[in-house]
Amino acid sequence: MDQRPYITCHELLDFLHLYLAGELPDERVHEFERHLGVCDPCVSYIESYKTATALGKAAWIEGGPDEPVGGSVPDELVAAILAARGGKAP
Amino acid sequence: MTSGPVSSPEGAPWGSDESGLLASLRAGDDAAFETLVRGHGTRLLAVARRFLRSEEDARDAVQDAFLSAFRSLDSFEGTSRLATWLHRIVVNACLMRLRTRRRKPEAAIEDLLPHFVEDGHRANPGPAWEESADVLIERREVRALVRAAIDRLPDGYRVVLVLRDIEELDTAETARLLELSENAVKIRLHRARQALRELLDPELSGPVRRSA
Repeated sequence: MDQRPYITCHELLDFLHLYLAGELPDERVHEFERHLGVCDPCVSYIESYKTATALGKAAWIEGGPDEPVGGSVPDELVAAILAARGGKAP
Repeated sequence: MTSGPVSSPEGAPWGSDESGLLASLRAGDDAAFETLVRGHGTRLLAVARRFLRSEEDARDAVQDAFLSAFRSLDSFEGTSRLATWLHRIVVNACLMRLRTRRRKPEAAIEDLLPHFVEDGHRANPGPAWEESADVLIERREVRALVRAAIDRLPDGYRVVLVLRDIEELDTAETARLLELSENAVKIRLHRARQALRELLDPELSGPVRRSA
């Protein structure tokens, strides 16, 4: 049986990004998984961290089921850009 | 990044033909410039709104980006699509604005990170989040909540999260644009995600309340 002390929740959460990215050495992965085997709050934290990350990635996706696609570029902005270029405003 | 088809003003001859449009732009054809702005402006404005909190700043950044693109048409080599090239330019225009504008007071990232007690356990871990991202993201009020939470992140962390998680740039490109080390980008992204989680936790932990 492994007699070494467990890493703390603080240590685990500080390096969580490397664990999730598969960038930790095998020995550290073992320490993480040993901790997660006995720590439900950290397991829950990781799930909510992944959910928050996924929500952040998706929060600006246009045209969600209850949201119309975001229209067209405002005419006044088109006119300002073309005028600044020196061409004719539409 | 995704890119939609370029819509031309009525009667414009290019359709989805980028090389023809590019030739007309280089020839100084006014209609071609309008096609470019109308075809890509909506998407570029959406990008700028993710970086810049004010609508005025976002529009100014898009204008800066198009004018910069117009000046650089001769150096566009066509190895990427116009949409990809313009995306890079508007991201740069937004970052330039963020660097030069007067900063407003904002929360310290440490205030938005998890707190720990002396023995290394998390203080007040609270209940688990019960609903999955797939279920939550379907709801308009959750998307609004997430956008508002991202807006509350300190700029130096919010920009990393937007570049990496939303604009889908890789770590190396993000580091280059922000003049940071790749390790610093990884740490900032992790802290930004942790802070986003903390900001959403009061609303999303335990049974989620639904608006009527």
